[in-house]
Amino acid sequence: MDSKSNAAIRTEPVAEPPLQPTVGQSAARESKPVLPTMQKQANNESRLPARVWMKTTGVRYLVRTMALIVAVVLWQLASTKGFHFYINFENIPAPSVVGAALMSELTGQEFYLHILHSLERVAIAYVLAVVVGVVLGVAMGRSRWAEDIILPYIELLRPIPAVAWIPLAILMLPTEQSSIIFITFLGALFPVILNTVHGVEQTNSVLIRAARSLGASRTAILWHVILPGAMPSIVAGLAIGMGVAWFSLLAGEIISGQYGIGYYTWNSYTLIQYPQIIIGMLTIGGLGTLCTLLVRHSCSPLLKWQAKGGRS
Amino acid sequence: MSDTPVSNNRLAVLDHSRLRAISGKADDERGRISVRDVDIVFDTVSGPHVAVQNANLTIRPGEFVCLLGPSGCGKSTLMNAIAGFVAPKTGDVQVDGNTVTEPGPDRGMVFQQHSLFPWKTVQENVAFGPLMAGVGNDEANSIARTFLSLVGLAAFANAYPNTLSGGMQQRVGIARALANYPSVLLMDEPFGALDAQTRIMMQENLLDIWSEFHNTVVFVTHDIDEAVFLSDRIVVMSASPGQIIADIDVKLPRPREQSLLTSADFMALKRQCLDLIRKETLNAFEQQNRAG
Ligand SMILES: Nc1ncnc2c1ncn2[C@@H]1O[C@H](COP(=O)(O)OP(=O)(O)OP(=O)(O)O)[C@@H](O)[C@H]1O
Ligand SMILES: [Mg+2]
Repeated sequence: MDSKSNAAIRTEPVAEPPLQPTVGQSAARESKPVLPTMQKQANNESRLPARVWMKTTGVRYLVRTMALIVAVVLWQLASTKGFHFYINFENIPAPSVVGAALMSELTGQEFYLHILHSLERVAIAYVLAVVVGVVLGVAMGRSRWAEDIILPYIELLRPIPAVAWIPLAILMLPTEQSSIIFITFLGALFPVILNTVHGVEQTNSVLIRAARSLGASRTAILWHVILPGAMPSIVAGLAIGMGVAWFSLLAGEIISGQYGIGYYTWNSYTLIQYPQIIIGMLTIGGLGTLCTLLVRHSCSPLLKWQAKGGRS
Repeated sequence: MSDTPVSNNRLAVLDHSRLRAISGKADDERGRISVRDVDIVFDTVSGPHVAVQNANLTIRPGEFVCLLGPSGCGKSTLMNAIAGFVAPKTGDVQVDGNTVTEPGPDRGMVFQQHSLFPWKTVQENVAFGPLMAGVGNDEANSIARTFLSLVGLAAFANAYPNTLSGGMQQRVGIARALANYPSVLLMDEPFGALDAQTRIMMQENLLDIWSEFHNTVVFVTHDIDEAVFLSDRIVVMSASPGQIIADIDVKLPRPREQSLLTSADFMALKRQCLDLIRKETLNAFEQQNRAG
C-alpha cells in the first residue's frame, strides 16, 4: 500500500473535515469545531454580536420609532391648526387631547374590563381556529378528497366580511358571547387553513421517501416530516390569522351589550366621543400587533432550524 | 500544509474495534437481491412509458454493485423498485426471499442530496431510524452517536443540516441509513453533487465502511471511474427502454487505493464501460432525434 502518496492526496480536500475530527488532519476550515466548547459556540453564532446588532437591528428599530413619532407630530399640527384641504382635520382630536382622554381611561376600571373581555374572546376564538384550521389544512393538503370537499366552502365563505355574519351569528348561536367568538373564529380560520394547506402541499417528496425507507409509519411521517416541513407556512398563517381575528372582533363586538374593546369603539361612535373612538382604534391595533408578535415569538423555536448557523 | 503527522492510510482513521463491534450484527447471508423478469411502466400523459424492460439481476449478499447507464435509462427506477417505491408491472423483486412490496428499514436509502430532515439536528436525523424501529430514546441516541463518529461527524451532532457542507450532509445520510443495520444499502448518485476532491474522499470512506459492514450495496452512478473504483460488479443499462446490456465483473484487488486509478487493469475496465456507454448514449440521442 502506497500510503505516503495517499496521504499527500488525502490531506488536500480542505472543504471536508477529516474522517475522524480528533485526528486533526489538516488546517481544514471545517475541522475547527473539534472541541465541545467550540461546538457550542458554533451553535450560538446565529445570535448577532451586540455591536453588530446596534448597527443593524438597533438602528432599524430607531427608524421605525421615529417614523411613528413623525406621524404623531404631523397629526398634532394638523388638528391644532385645523388643516382642511380635501382631508379635514378640524374635528379630529389632537394627540394631546386623545392622550389626556386615555390617561383618564387608564385610571378607571372600565377600560381594562373592555380589554379583558376582548382578550378572552380572541383567545378562545383563536385557539379554536388554530386547531380546526391546522387539522382541516393538513387533511386537505394530504387528501384530494378532503380538499375537493372542503375547498368550495372556503372559496365561498372567505370573501364574506365579518360584519355580514352578524345576523346569522345571532340567529344560529345561543349566546351573544358565542356569536362574537364565532365571528372572530371565522376571521382567523381561513388564513390558518390556507397557509397550512400550502405548507403541507409543498412537502419535499424525497423526505417522505427517506422517512419511509427508515421505517416510519404514516403517523410518524405526519409528525416528523409533513408538519415540521409545513411549519414555516403554518406559522405565517397563525400570525396573519391573529391579525384578522382582532379585525373581525370589532365586527363581532358590535352586538355585544356591555364589554369589549370593539364594543367600546362602536359605542363611542354612537355617542360621538371622538377621542374614545381613536383610543379604541389604536387599542385594537396595538393589541393585534402585540398578539401577532407573541404568536411569532412563541413559534420561533419551531423554526430555529431555518436560521443558518455560524458556518454557511 | 500537511505538517501534522498523518499516517493517513485512510483505514487508520476509522475506529476499527468499534466498527467491528457495531457491524457484528451484519449477517453474511443477508442482502440477497433477485430481480426477475421485471418490467416497469409509467403512465404518462403521452401514454405508457417503459422505463425498465425485462430486467434480470441477482446480487449476492455483501456484493458491491454499480448500476451504470446514460441519463434517463431507468437506473433510479430499477433501484426504486428494489427500495419498494415503485412496483414492477411484471416480474418481481425479492430481497432475502421476500417479495418487495413497500419500502422498509432493511433497505437503507442514500439519496443524491437534500434528503436530511432540515428541522432535525444531525444527531436526530441519524437516531430517526432506530426510533422508528422502536428502540428507546437513549438507545437510539447512542446508536446515532456511534454512527456519527463512524463517519467522522461526532462533533457536529447538534448542528442542523443546512449548516453542513454537501459532503458532510451525505456522510450524515450514510450514517442515517446504516443506523438501521440494513442488509442492503441503496445509493442513488450519492456523490453526484459533490466536487471531485470531496467525491474521491467519500468513495474511500464508503469503501472503508463497507469493508467492515459488508452489506450489499447497490450504487447508481453515471461516473465510470466511480463505478470501476467502487464495485465488484458493474451492471450497464441501455438507453430507454432501460435494459441490462452488460454485467461486468470488476476483479480489482481490495482495499482499493488511489493508485489504482492509473493502473492498466483499471484503464481496461474503464475503456470497456466507456465503449458500452458511448454506444448507448448515441443510441439514446438517435432515439430522441427520431422522436422529436
Ligand atoms: N414517476 C415517473 N413518472 C413517469 N415517468 C417517469 C417517472 N420516473 C421516471 N420516469 C421516466 O422513466 C425513465 C427512467 O427514469 P430514471 O429516473 O430511472 O432514469 P435514470 O437512469 O435514473 O436517469 P438519471 O441518470 O438522469 O438519474 C425516464 O425516461 C423518466 O422520464
Ligand atoms: Mg436517476
